[in-house]
Amino acid sequence: MSHNKVPPRAGISRRSFLGSTGAVGAVLGAGTQHASAQQSDTGVAPNSQPKIELTINGKRRTLTVEPRTTLVEALRDNLGLTGTKIGCNQGQCGACTILLNGNRVNSCLILALSVNGAKITTVEGLANPDGSLHPMQTAFAEHDAFQCGYCTPGQILSAIACIDEGHAGSADEIREYMSGNLCRCGAYPNIVAAVEAVRDGKEG
Amino acid sequence: MRNFTYHSPRTLADALDAARESGGDILAGGTTVVDLMKIGVREPAALVDITGLTDLEGHEIGPNSIRFGALARMSVVANDQELVAAAPVLTESLWKAASPQLRNVARLGGNILQRTRCPYFRDTAYAQCNKREPGSGCAALDGGETSHHAVLGGSSSCVAKYPGDWAQALIAFDAEVHTQGPGGRRTILFADLHLMPGDTPEVETILQQGEIVIEITVPVVPALKASHYLKARDRESYAFASASAAVGIELDGDTVRDVRIALGGVATTPWRASAAEDSLKGSPLTEATAREAGRIAFAEAQELEGSAYKIKLGADVVAGALMTAKSRANGGK
Ligand SMILES: Cc1cc2nc3c(=O)[nH]c(=O)nc-3n(C[C@H](O)[C@H](O)[C@H](O)COP(=O)(O)OP(=O)(O)OC[C@H]3O[C@@H](n4cnc5c(N)ncnc54)[C@H](O)[C@@H]3O)c2cc1C
Ligand code: SF4
Ligand code: FES
Ligand code: FES
Repeated sequence: MSHNKVPPRAGISRRSFLGSTGAVGAVLGAGTQHASAQQSDTGVAPNSQPKIELTINGKRRTLTVEPRTTLVEALRDNLGLTGTKIGCNQGQCGACTILLNGNRVNSCLILALSVNGAKITTVEGLANPDGSLHPMQTAFAEHDAFQCGYCTPGQILSAIACIDEGHAGSADEIREYMSGNLCRCGAYPNIVAAVEAVRDGKEG
Repeated sequence: MRNFTYHSPRTLADALDAARESGGDILAGGTTVVDLMKIGVREPAALVDITGLTDLEGHEIGPNSIRFGALARMSVVANDQELVAAAPVLTESLWKAASPQLRNVARLGGNILQRTRCPYFRDTAYAQCNKREPGSGCAALDGGETSHHAVLGGSSSCVAKYPGDWAQALIAFDAEVHTQGPGGRRTILFADLHLMPGDTPEVETILQQGEIVIEITVPVVPALKASHYLKARDRESYAFASASAAVGIELDGDTVRDVRIALGGVATTPWRASAAEDSLKGSPLTEATAREAGRIAFAEAQELEGSAYKIKLGADVVAGALMTAKSRANGGK
């Protein structure tokens, strides 16, 4: 079923653009091992079951999807990684937040096919092999940064990215840059406290 | 979601072919496209995923013009400190939009072409929506909830607001959109890209089926440096504009030499407030003249039952944004 193979995607590249915009040549996904995979001109058919490959929490996984399968469905239904939650399913709540090639995204609005070849981190991939928790997980537990816990996997991944991006300078900045994650239980003050603690190296 | 044929071209030529032959929708970050497909508002037979055209990523600040690739990501552009200093309105209108997660995925070409958030457009349980189903009527105008609908540019067919933020900075600063389509390459004034609803609210832009936005350019003018995007909304963050203003000024002593004002969250398309700009040119910019400009910007506004607040709020937002721009023109923050 080689015609069902989809070329993998590149990660975010900064300023890779604009020599002459007149000449947009053939471009291959950077840093991926299948960059030469070809698909036929007719595309991936609606009723087909293309195979894609993802590196999830450091492990390479091959999975069969449909064109309409979203990334969160692929993670939960195809791979059984149910740590990633579905809240609104419309990009509005952040429960489905994962790291895609190191960047936080809502996995409910991304087609699995469109991220073939990508590296993904979910909440299942945060703890160390010996079972010890990621500092952000510890901080959420110690600061009571949740009640029901439904939003928590998304909050934790978003919080890790928030610090990595350099957007955790002050409580106000944390609130702004954590605004893509809603918490119906209203654990916001404690979430901010957990992010501050990890930022200040007080956990782990 | 209905299934569809998925194309992932590697060259612009292949993308144009796939779009033409399939009649499908272009897919960039998908934060509008996939959303609308999931809720059944769009059911395209094919998607042409253009994110493999990595030449269209990135942006560049030149001496005369700032160029944005259609696939530049909102987050990357918003965080460019050089752009923050050169043209704050172009970064503020990005980081005040959506959420960090969405901005990591959404691209600028998709951003300018995002669709309305009118709740009746988005909910197929409502039979009436001229934009979704031409000729079916308008649930908003027919007794619906209108607090988030447009007060400028509406028609008796549709009053859906254009929801985007960045577009206001683009229209205020005479941006151009460069496209390639079945008819070849063309350059469109950003102000000409979007169409008011009139009798055909289903037609939102002058783009043809399969026409691909390649890049967006903004001419560099002094007013860009003293610019600002002020956004008022129902909550402090992660909400669409209730009323917003993209402004910029160039002062000659106390007198306004150049001024730009565009309005978000209040109109059916990106909206330049030219009469308000004219009221300020050649005059001093004070609290009073800024307030008067805000009033003029909404002189033609038509309120609906729920949206009257936008006229007062919008005028205040214009005045507030202008005072921040003035302080920036004088070297402040
Ligand atoms: C919960 C939520 C909150 C949001 N809040 C805000 C907000 O506050 N302010 C704001 O401004 N926006 C907001 N947005 C909208 C968001 O910014 C847009 O969805 C996003 O910018 C679209 O970019 P994309 O790359 O995902 O586009 P896509 O979804 O891929 O495409 C959008 C449209 O553009 C077309 N298209 C895309 N690229 C091209 C191209 N190069 N040439 C031709 N056609 C093209 C597609 O066919 C489609 O019609 C929000 C979205 C969500 C889901
Ligand atoms: S305002 Fe426009 S989009 Fe909303 S219901 Fe009426 S016709 Fe549809
Ligand atoms: S489930 Fe994805 S944002 Fe809510
Ligand atoms: S802990 Fe319940 S939703 Fe956040």
